[in-house]
Amino acid sequence: MKKDILEIRWHGRGGQGAITAAKIVANAAFASGYKGAVMTPTFGTERRGAAIFTSLKIAKEKIYDLSPITTPDMIIVLDHTLLDEVNVADGLKDDGLVILNGAKSPEEYDFQGRKVAVCNVTQHAVQAGLPPGIVNSGIIGAFSKATGLVEIDVLLEAIQKEFSGKRPELNAKAAQLAYDNTAVGGSK
Amino acid sequence: MHIIDSGNVAAATGVKLSRAQVIAAYPITPQTPLTEKLSEFVESEELDAQYIPVESEHSAMAVCIAASTAGTRTFTATSANGLLYMNEQLHWAVGARLPIVMCVANRGIGAPWTVWNDQQDTIAQRDVGWIQIYANDHQQIIDSVIKAFRLAQTVSIPVMVCYDGYLLSHTYMPFDRPDQEKVDGFLPPFKAKNFLDPENPGNFNPVTLPDVRPGQDGTIKPGYIEIRHRLQMDLRASLEVYQEIDADYKKDFGRGGHPFVEEYKCDDADFVAVCIGSLSYHLRDVIDAMREDGIPIGVMGVQMYRPFPDEAIVQALGGKKHVIVFEKALSYGNQGALYADIKSALYNAADRPTIQNFILGLGGREIKTEQLLAVLREACANPGTAEDTPRWVGLKL
Repeated sequence: MKKDILEIRWHGRGGQGAITAAKIVANAAFASGYKGAVMTPTFGTERRGAAIFTSLKIAKEKIYDLSPITTPDMIIVLDHTLLDEVNVADGLKDDGLVILNGAKSPEEYDFQGRKVAVCNVTQHAVQAGLPPGIVNSGIIGAFSKATGLVEIDVLLEAIQKEFSGKRPELNAKAAQLAYDNTAVGGSK
Repeated sequence: MHIIDSGNVAAATGVKLSRAQVIAAYPITPQTPLTEKLSEFVESEELDAQYIPVESEHSAMAVCIAASTAGTRTFTATSANGLLYMNEQLHWAVGARLPIVMCVANRGIGAPWTVWNDQQDTIAQRDVGWIQIYANDHQQIIDSVIKAFRLAQTVSIPVMVCYDGYLLSHTYMPFDRPDQEKVDGFLPPFKAKNFLDPENPGNFNPVTLPDVRPGQDGTIKPGYIEIRHRLQMDLRASLEVYQEIDADYKKDFGRGGHPFVEEYKCDDADFVAVCIGSLSYHLRDVIDAMREDGIPIGVMGVQMYRPFPDEAIVQALGGKKHVIVFEKALSYGNQGALYADIKSALYNAADRPTIQNFILGLGGREIKTEQLLAVLREACANPGTAEDTPRWVGLKL
């Protein structure tokens, strides 16, 4: 409802780590001076592999409204196969942004002309040395490149902290590689 | 230091900082991550406590009763049907005057099964004699847990710290984690006045006769009714005790100052929306929108529900034009319990407002900002036409 709250909806599959990714961005945003950083996961019935989403709200001031996002400013999609299953762009503002883990160029996706940032996060994560299928660190690099909202260095630090004991350097490298290889353009 | 984490972790961190010594709990959604976090703290030796897994909530409270009777700082947590399963032991804990602290992640009650948020579980326990404190965000969760331990041991009455399931329990937001050293200064170690002591044997809570009786030491000992009267007097007195504890907390940590009700833009308001829990924060954005349209409205969150802070309520609402009470619970067959309590408190007020009751959000039904706005606009346009039957918000059938 408040106009100065940035609303980001994350789409992924249960077990893919969308919640962890949103949490990392929340931490980095807070460290960058955003006093409001509220992350609300899908409530109740998460299952591995099922389509899930999580809401992240970011603002300069404390956020009081915890209700789910209905008209996001941006959507982040961790898995391009979700595009066939879920209307990920539901409610997305006309001038909204799509950040997508996919293999095609922005112009090949249909989001009614909205801006799209695409990165083959799956591939770059393997390139960074992570086991196949880990995409939640890489997608953060694409987010930083596409939005400029939070500096990549702050995000890399937040990634290393969150993944401490779980290949922190490789996860940070995956994010850096994704950052360097994100294409931003207009959709169909 | 500020961290971003879930409400359940905020609660667990408060329990750790309070140096609980015995924790007995049975997992239930949405409380589970809280007890998981506590078992991690105990396993990693960050918290020097006994974690006792049990086979039910009834046993969890039974273990807490035993541990507290042995003179330890004791904690448990639950939700919904788990809380109801404890009910008989809840009465026992308060009758035995044990300073147990319990978190409840508020959830609707089955049947039919629901795992989502409303507040029927704790509101249904309002008459057992436990103190009930409600938090509106993660900061209030962690702060309330620490204050609750001091309140419980000061007045020898158990305390529930309640927060909305999922909306707070599973949502991540920033909160300040107080320093251990400062918490230690605020919350002295628990020293029980009477406890199970092999060196000093005694009877605890034996059958008590209807009438008073002479004791072995020659003094007259209370009967059941005197013991229960004492509980009531001590509960009423705990309002003042909590106010002092809250003031001390504010001195040490800079937060608090509204132990009973938290008001937002109420000073010059003609209309006041009232509710319990995170909804009172959600309503702030609605109030701001209505203020932009020139409607003099505020919102008040009730933070302590038992003992009922009737004086603070009368002070806040006396002289207002119209009060709108939103509730995620109901005294079935009558009205919202909070509504009835507020009405009762205002009955003798000199300048009492008209008052209206709305039931909403049961079983996690989403509460939309636009809905709240529509309800409040209508209520403010027609004050004085108050009806006593609760209205339901958002019914689709």
